[in-house]
Amino acid sequence: MIYISWILIVLMLVLSILSIQLKNLIAAVVAMGAVSLIISLLFLMLQAPDVAMAEASIGAALTMIIYIIGIRETERSEK
Amino acid sequence: MIRKIVYSIFLATIVLSLVMFFAAFPFGQNKMSVGEYYLNHGVAQTGASNIVTSVVVDYRGFDTLGEVSVLFGAAAGVAILFFVLGENRRKRREQVAPNFIVRVGSRIIFPFILLFGTYIFIHGHLTPGGGFQGGAIIASGFLLLYLAYPGTTVNRSRLSMVEGLAGITFIVLGLYGLLMPESSFLYNFLPKGELNALLSSGILPIIYIAIGFKVAAEFAGIIDDMMCEVICRGGEK
Amino acid sequence: MSYYLGSFLLIAIGLYTVIIKKNLIKIVIGLNFIASGVNLLIVSIGYVKNGTAPIFSKIGINPSAMVDPIPQALTLTAIVIDASELALAVAFVVLLYRHYGTLDIKKIRSLKW
Repeated sequence: MIYISWILIVLMLVLSILSIQLKNLIAAVVAMGAVSLIISLLFLMLQAPDVAMAEASIGAALTMIIYIIGIRETERSEK
Repeated sequence: MIRKIVYSIFLATIVLSLVMFFAAFPFGQNKMSVGEYYLNHGVAQTGASNIVTSVVVDYRGFDTLGEVSVLFGAAAGVAILFFVLGENRRKRREQVAPNFIVRVGSRIIFPFILLFGTYIFIHGHLTPGGGFQGGAIIASGFLLLYLAYPGTTVNRSRLSMVEGLAGITFIVLGLYGLLMPESSFLYNFLPKGELNALLSSGILPIIYIAIGFKVAAEFAGIIDDMMCEVICRGGEK
Repeated sequence: MSYYLGSFLLIAIGLYTVIIKKNLIKIVIGLNFIASGVNLLIVSIGYVKNGTAPIFSKIGINPSAMVDPIPQALTLTAIVIDASELALAVAFVVLLYRHYGTLDIKKIRSLKW
């Protein structure tokens, strides 16, 4: 049970590095949403269910959609 | 090259100073005395079984009022940026109509999303959840409607009316506490009721419902601004 | 302990993105990482070993075995503010793209060296 937090945190760091290195901006934003979901799991493991719900509904869903609308208005890939 | 070295030294300094600072706070050891006080006296003083709700709405209710006004400022900023400054709009682009299952399924599931969000913010003082989470869930329901039917618009004047009424409810409830003999902003003047009942803890559920409506209206407004910028008003002007 | 380390590294990754990257959307994503890392750090300060969530769902739960509610309340408001601020930042990015026709920050009047 103790190692679950380590596994989740390593996964979170790998996904965040992936998110800043990907050239396709939509893929980068999806990786960022995955980071938000893992952070919401970590909040749940830290006994903070209120914050976990807020992070899952706002950080993972609404923020991602706002980014995707912004990318649709501009360029799809980073040169 | 030299700039990468400079920035790496900068980042290493920041991480090292954070590590050195937090070496004084061992993980999972003790809590602050303020938190201890709220945990010991929170139920007797506010009547809410969720202590996080009683901190957000009651003990630090003034803080939350400021936070909601920051949210209003950001939503107004998005609207101003798109409608006043954004002049040279591009042409309306080709919209691919979503398929049958998305359209019908979203129409079936939309009332349930609204119901779930309402449940979350009505039970904010009993279970995890509250106005912020419920409002965000309702706003994502509107988002589903936008994705399934491109070209939908919500009635913006009604949206801002809901938003304004929610804000006025918050402020009037707070100011009414000043008329009480204890005379403090956001004084809990209604009866507390018994623990873990739906109608308990005085004005806390009312304020959280107002916050829920306000957050839902703000986020739906932001999404409407950004989607409409792309879809509805793309060809006008 | 792992939570502290993870949030430090997440803040560092966000700062690296804000400083090094040239794409405006990537910079906003970096701001998001900094905000998430700070939220994780603040919540993990309030954690108590073998604690329960600060909700009195049953009668007779010991309050001294609960985690600290104040960092959670602060983080709850911070998450909502982060989302609205990011929406404002994305609106600025869209307008900058319309004005300059590019997302590369080096071409927008050389904002970085």
